[in-house]
Amino acid sequence: MRSFSYERAASPAQAAEAAIHNPGAKFIAGGTNLLDLMKLQIEAPPHLIDVNGLGLDEITPTEDGGLRVGALVSNTRLAADMRIRCDYALLARALLSGASGQLRNKATTAGNLLQRTRCPYFYDTAQPCNKRQPGSGCSAIGGVSRQLGVIGTSEACIATHPSDMAVALRVLDAEVETVRADGTCRRIAMADFHLLPGDTPHIETMLEPGELITAVVLPHPVGGRHIYRKVRDRASYAFALVSIGAIVQPDGSGRVAVGGVAHKPWRVEAAESELPRGAQSVCERLLAGARPTRDNAFKITLVERTLRAVLNEARG
Amino acid sequence: MKFDTPATTNPIDRLKVVGQPLDRIDGPLKTTGTAPYAYERHDVVADPAYGHVVGAAIAKGRIQRMDLAAARHAPGVLAIVTAANAGTLDKGSFNTARLLGGPDIEHYHQAVALVVAESFEQARAAAELVRIDYAPEPGSFNLRAAAGSATLPHENDITGPAETHVGDFTEAFARAPVTLDETYTTPDHSHAMMEPHATLAQWDGDRLTVWTSNQMIAWANADLAKTLGLPKEKVRVVSPFIGGGFGGKLFLRADVLLAALGARAAGRPVKVALQRPLIANNTTHRPATIQRIRLGAERDGTITAIAHESLSGDLKGGGPETAVNQTRLLYAGRNRMTAMRLAVLDLPEGNAMRAPGEAPGMMALEIAMDEMAEKLGLDPVEFRIRNDTQVDPENPQRPFSSRPFIECLRLGAERFGWSARSPRPGQRREGQWLIGMAMAAAFRNNLLMKSGARVRLDKAGRVTVETDMTDIGTGSYTIIAQTAAETMGVPMEQVVVRLGDSEFPVSAGSGGQFGANNATSGVYAACVKLREEVARRLGFNSREAEFSDGEVRVGNRTIALGAAAAEGEIVAEDFIEYGDLDKTHQQSTFGAHFVEVAVDRATGEARIRRMLAVCAAGRILNPKSARSQVIGAMTMGAGAALMEELAVDTRRGFFVNHDLAGYEVPVHADVPHQEVIFLDETDPFSSPMKAKGVGELGICGVGAAVANAIYSATGVRIRDYPITLDKYLDRLPDVA
Ligand SMILES: Cc1cc2nc3c(=O)[nH]c(=O)nc-3n(C[C@H](O)[C@H](O)[C@H](O)COP(=O)(O)OP(=O)(O)OC[C@H]3O[C@@H](n4cnc5c(N)ncnc54)[C@H](O)[C@@H]3O)c2cc1C
Ligand code: SF4
Repeated sequence: MRSFSYERAASPAQAAEAAIHNPGAKFIAGGTNLLDLMKLQIEAPPHLIDVNGLGLDEITPTEDGGLRVGALVSNTRLAADMRIRCDYALLARALLSGASGQLRNKATTAGNLLQRTRCPYFYDTAQPCNKRQPGSGCSAIGGVSRQLGVIGTSEACIATHPSDMAVALRVLDAEVETVRADGTCRRIAMADFHLLPGDTPHIETMLEPGELITAVVLPHPVGGRHIYRKVRDRASYAFALVSIGAIVQPDGSGRVAVGGVAHKPWRVEAAESELPRGAQSVCERLLAGARPTRDNAFKITLVERTLRAVLNEARG
Repeated sequence: MKFDTPATTNPIDRLKVVGQPLDRIDGPLKTTGTAPYAYERHDVVADPAYGHVVGAAIAKGRIQRMDLAAARHAPGVLAIVTAANAGTLDKGSFNTARLLGGPDIEHYHQAVALVVAESFEQARAAAELVRIDYAPEPGSFNLRAAAGSATLPHENDITGPAETHVGDFTEAFARAPVTLDETYTTPDHSHAMMEPHATLAQWDGDRLTVWTSNQMIAWANADLAKTLGLPKEKVRVVSPFIGGGFGGKLFLRADVLLAALGARAAGRPVKVALQRPLIANNTTHRPATIQRIRLGAERDGTITAIAHESLSGDLKGGGPETAVNQTRLLYAGRNRMTAMRLAVLDLPEGNAMRAPGEAPGMMALEIAMDEMAEKLGLDPVEFRIRNDTQVDPENPQRPFSSRPFIECLRLGAERFGWSARSPRPGQRREGQWLIGMAMAAAFRNNLLMKSGARVRLDKAGRVTVETDMTDIGTGSYTIIAQTAAETMGVPMEQVVVRLGDSEFPVSAGSGGQFGANNATSGVYAACVKLREEVARRLGFNSREAEFSDGEVRVGNRTIALGAAAAEGEIVAEDFIEYGDLDKTHQQSTFGAHFVEVAVDRATGEARIRRMLAVCAAGRILNPKSARSQVIGAMTMGAGAALMEELAVDTRRGFFVNHDLAGYEVPVHADVPHQEVIFLDETDPFSSPMKAKGVGELGICGVGAAVANAIYSATGVRIRDYPITLDKYLDRLPDVA
């Protein structure tokens, strides 16, 4: 870990402004991802801007019947909120399948969205990694890649986004609300928020330098059955091999997104029209163009089988 | 005390204290966070400097250039140790690779520098500034690819013979009406103990003290002295509390050597904990194996031919994983052969991990037995019973000292509800779950090792035991106190136990499940000597004197024990050493594992529902700590079955998943229900304690029981560990 300076922001806009004035600065929320990465010098921000204590930790109703979840609401609180549990059960279930109780107490909504990949080579600073060190190469291609991506990958990077919460937010058509250094605010659809690796895998989201997440906005509830199914090697406290977030309506229509397969929560709206025809039809479109490695080709089968079980559960 | 005839009745047999399920006496220290672990010895050194280890970034090759300038000038840096400035260093006799590498690199993350600074953070930051240019060389990193170049391993006491042959295996196998010929693989495993390897080192002139975390004090002492070129007497090793070892701390490792070198270079005490991401590649691991097993049997299930061959790899000069050990002893069969082959690999150093040999060996053999039972149409329990032997099958004149294997199998079957099992796989279903039930044998040898202790008696009647025995979380403190309390006839509160210091008599140490039986026997020997001295001082005939309730009694004369020390402390020291009872008799421990798993029909996720182990391991010194050992071992076996694997990058030559996020070990949810039954047994051939090891028995066979249960649930047989869903997903029945 390199030494760094630290400040507590006075307001969201001031935080964004401070960030732009300190090149390389990072916001710190729960710190559960950032500090680990700093200890390994995968991240080495010279300056930290603490965004706790700015009143960004509230869950409030929106005018169009949705909820605005403050960026600093902890994963534990979000999952336990009665409104979330009733109307956005998918989100609560996804959150509770992630990490551990202790981590969820610290982890925040914004931090969770921005957590970085779990590609093992990303964590080993002696190994080439385009995401950690642009242009150095990708060790995972041709290496150990069982956990890594099967779709939307590139020649530069095959990493996945590890968040469970993000998969649920993608299904829920959430929006990310931000404030920029110039004080302007904007909303970014979850569909656009995370980027595919392309040849710049180190650029992971739409956020501009200094841009601060202030909230995640959930639209009006859509009803239906909410199922989050996370498949993993051990029974708890493990990242997903694949996960499926689905909302299925009584008429068989619905939405589905997949975690653990791509650089972002993977959802193809066009595939959802196939839902009444079953998992195989959905997957043909959802995973069209997948390019798995030898180690992770099983994920294709696994997604389809898991989706079939999810759809059975939704019917049953 | 020489133990060369089977034990008869002795003071331990009173079982007032020994054999009782007592809480561990070091428990309060641990639950209050006050047990002094190596990295937290604020009590002995107030202001240490901190060392951070730099590991090699290549698996094989040379350091071309090392630029220390930036690191040296970083804030707080006191010294940087490298092979170039550390002076001449020898290599420990238990080490295969050097603990401080450079310019030649022998494996990934081999330590190449230690940066010492005022604070931990400064040392860590400066360590990142060390610039090293390497000239990598191609290496051999793929066990399967290296198979062709494998050779017979060098034979020694630890590995045993490289090959054994009895009768004519080839011919008997060719003739057998029912045969099996399969290959099984086990991956590299990491010990993954909670406490990293850690050491605080302090020099006083030319005398060195290290407070460390080590299972074998005398080995560490000798190897540290050897490596530094010091007489052993100048080196003191202290390790009273150890946060898990599993064999990973049997030997001198880089933390100890580097802390010592760092303290010398910085001119002040230095402490070093191996960073978690270094542990998998910097230290030792359980080597992967490729095992071929052939079984031939008569139609009635009598094994007539049994062969087990195992291939493993290690650095040049290293040893094999002795995965064929149990096959030499576990089942009858007139024609037999076992063979080990060793390939040179440039991966990190392979070495002992909990039940070396048997743990991976049983993972293979006990799947083979399950497969063979099915081929024969026999119940797997019955098949094993049919092939029981009461003598060493390679040397039939050697009986087992005690072998209640059949009792373990029968009792386990009864308690687990074995009769409800369907012999055909894939039959039982509960909702989304496919349910399977299976079993495997447990087997691990009992090892006898010389072990010493010193006991002191003061005038308050308090008994203090000192031995360099270690407690790696196993309960050594408690069973040693029980032994002293029983032998001296005092309550537990009157016993003080001091462990893990090279100034104490050399014990067996903790390893190979030999610690409990041997170390308590050594304590017993010292206590017997103390009893003699007490009796002499009190004017009693030591053979008639009865020690109980804190008193010594002969006839109607009773004197408080402490009275013997009225004039001053009495000190007695002795050790247990063994005759040839382990040569005339084969001493082993036995058991049976029963497992029920549920496999998700859709995703293939395999989850253990319940486990039972029945163990026969001689006298159980403390059923509570023994149970903890066995359930811990069962958990580790579950990990080996379902998830644990050091993933090898065969291009770059290292274990990629080198932290606890990547190397998954079981969590509570993976082991929901575990039960342990100990047979009520004593083994008078093993020691005056009549006990045997149990801490490793519990892991042997578990993996196979889980594998067999997954087969029972799904009808899919997987022979490559860990049994993860990707290996059988496409063979599961379709999801409707
Ligand atoms: C052992 C372990 C297991 C885990 N298992 C899982 C799991 O199974 N599933 C899962 O989904 N997650 C898992 N996680 C990840 C966990 O969910 C994240 O670490 C956590 O959500 C990050 O939140 P945080 O508030 O601590 O973020 P921080 O560490 O504080 O920040 C993370 C990143 O977000 C940025 N940031 C934070 N707040 C803002 C903001 N308001 N605006 C802009 N940028 C911001 C920071 O600059 C940083 O780059 C695990 C983590 C650990 C350590
Ligand atoms: S997959 Fe991405 S994160 Fe992993 S090594 Fe390649 S570039 Fe780095």
